[in-house]
Amino acid sequence: MSAVLAAPATAPVAARGAPFRVMPGFRLSLGFTIFYLALIVLIPLSAIFLKTFTMTWEGFIAAVTSDRVMASYRLTFGASLIGAFINVIFGGIVAWVLVRYEFPGKRIVDALVDLPFALPTAVAGITLTALYSANGWFGQFIEGVLGIKVAFTPLGVVVALTFIGLPFVVRTVQPVLEDAERELEEAAASLGANAFQTFSRVVFPTILPSLMTGFALAFARATGEFGSVIFIAGNMPMVSEITPLFIITKLEQYDYAGATAIAVVMLVVSFLMLLAINLLQAWARGKSGK
Amino acid sequence: MSGMNTPARRGELPSAPQTLEPRWVRNVLIAVALLFLTVFLFVPLVAVFAEALRKGWEAYVAAIVEEDAISAIKLTLITAAIAVPLNLVFGIAASWCIAKFEFRGKSFLLTLIDLPFSVSPVISGLIYVLLFGAQGWFGEWLYKHDIKILFAVPGIVLATIFVTFPFVARELIPLMQAQGSEEEEAAIVLGASGWNTFRRVTLPNIKWGLLYGVILCNARAMGEFGAVSVVSGHIRGETNTMPLQVEILYNEYNFAAAFAVASLLALLALVTLALKSFISWRLNESRVEDARIKEQ
Repeated sequence: MSAVLAAPATAPVAARGAPFRVMPGFRLSLGFTIFYLALIVLIPLSAIFLKTFTMTWEGFIAAVTSDRVMASYRLTFGASLIGAFINVIFGGIVAWVLVRYEFPGKRIVDALVDLPFALPTAVAGITLTALYSANGWFGQFIEGVLGIKVAFTPLGVVVALTFIGLPFVVRTVQPVLEDAERELEEAAASLGANAFQTFSRVVFPTILPSLMTGFALAFARATGEFGSVIFIAGNMPMVSEITPLFIITKLEQYDYAGATAIAVVMLVVSFLMLLAINLLQAWARGKSGK
Repeated sequence: MSGMNTPARRGELPSAPQTLEPRWVRNVLIAVALLFLTVFLFVPLVAVFAEALRKGWEAYVAAIVEEDAISAIKLTLITAAIAVPLNLVFGIAASWCIAKFEFRGKSFLLTLIDLPFSVSPVISGLIYVLLFGAQGWFGEWLYKHDIKILFAVPGIVLATIFVTFPFVARELIPLMQAQGSEEEEAAIVLGASGWNTFRRVTLPNIKWGLLYGVILCNARAMGEFGAVSVVSGHIRGETNTMPLQVEILYNEYNFAAAFAVASLLALLALVTLALKSFISWRLNESRVEDARIKEQ
């Protein structure tokens, strides 16, 4: 990031707003960018909003607040929150360990943290289901010994959403810890602070914005997640049915308007999350003085 | 990690303590981190291959060379072969205009490019149903002209292009912004054409970042499930990609075959991660070199 700001952002000629530009291809590249963006993203996405205009306001409200869809919001957002929270705690520890300590196999561990990004969600879904079902490697123990059912319950949804959100916190906290000035911690220690005080007063405030950004990213990803969840969830209406699956159910019943109305709610939440993430990142940049 | 090898850190006094916290705290933290990663990452990764080979090597190979599996593999490759190059061209155009020029609305454009990342895969599929479905905007026209987009290959390709849209652009934009445009300007002033400048000056500078974006884009294109599932129609041997084939086999309780196809996708993920690590290392090397050249 420091390199981004150190280098001149643009040619001085262009910055002064002179009519003559040295660099060619501005119109061509911008024109193509906007054309392709409109064709692939903007026009198709606008179809969602335009479709809801064919509904009455009452019809829209009824579609997005039915009992079954409310239950799906509670599960989707609740499980996403829990998953993101688990990832803040353990992802924070993983980031710390990867930056500060040496241990054998560290490079491989570090590379594998991105596995949930690279592994297709359907593969993650069937694998987690196999592991946590009654005769799976984990399920045998958890169900047999502890008597807790994970697969085909809301708990299974939490497991899947924790898996797919795992890299976010690690990857947002890691660079911040790498750039953190160790001298500050050493100064705190030499001034008599114990390890806990050093952590809570020096380290934690430094990484807090990145922890929160990672949380928001993991949460946002989890709310829309589909592939890894549907296998392990059991998909019982009112109990373990996530909102994206409910949208598909509506589509299969040819209730396009109903499906679209719920999609609009999900999109609005996504855009709000995107806004929150941008604000958090701006805060983080301000804090690190970059 | 990358930071540990920077010259500033290397210059630290050797007597400086590696960590401030006691040794047992360090060991407990390493143990907790590794345990968490073992439960959530390593065991699932091993389980994919264990389940795939549960019925032995022969059953594994048979599941992969089975007719529907082969056609799913083909469709996945075709889809990626169309989606990735298109998004690559877009990524280059977008990063060129954003990194090399100043114009109004640039940050808004950046936000719009990232949009597909924040849309649920299911919704990414739904938009194409609304456009091309029987009740959709173009549904009637397509029906009259006997053109199939939804529940056919074009729909799958479109949905894949949508979900992988930002990958190349978002790798290239920060890289090209960091590099500035001094080298290109020098080439232009010395009389090189725009195309030659791009090919001889820009491309060598961005090749690793470009490859990085392409690899991530490809992994997602081949592995996408939710969006493709909505538009595919699940016609065996025709509109099933590999992830959809995994789902169908799994729902038929043909677990060994489902995991056999899944293991190919897991291998793809591992290759992607390995290439990704290699490329980040190359990117870092070239960055350190650039810094050294500028210092001199």
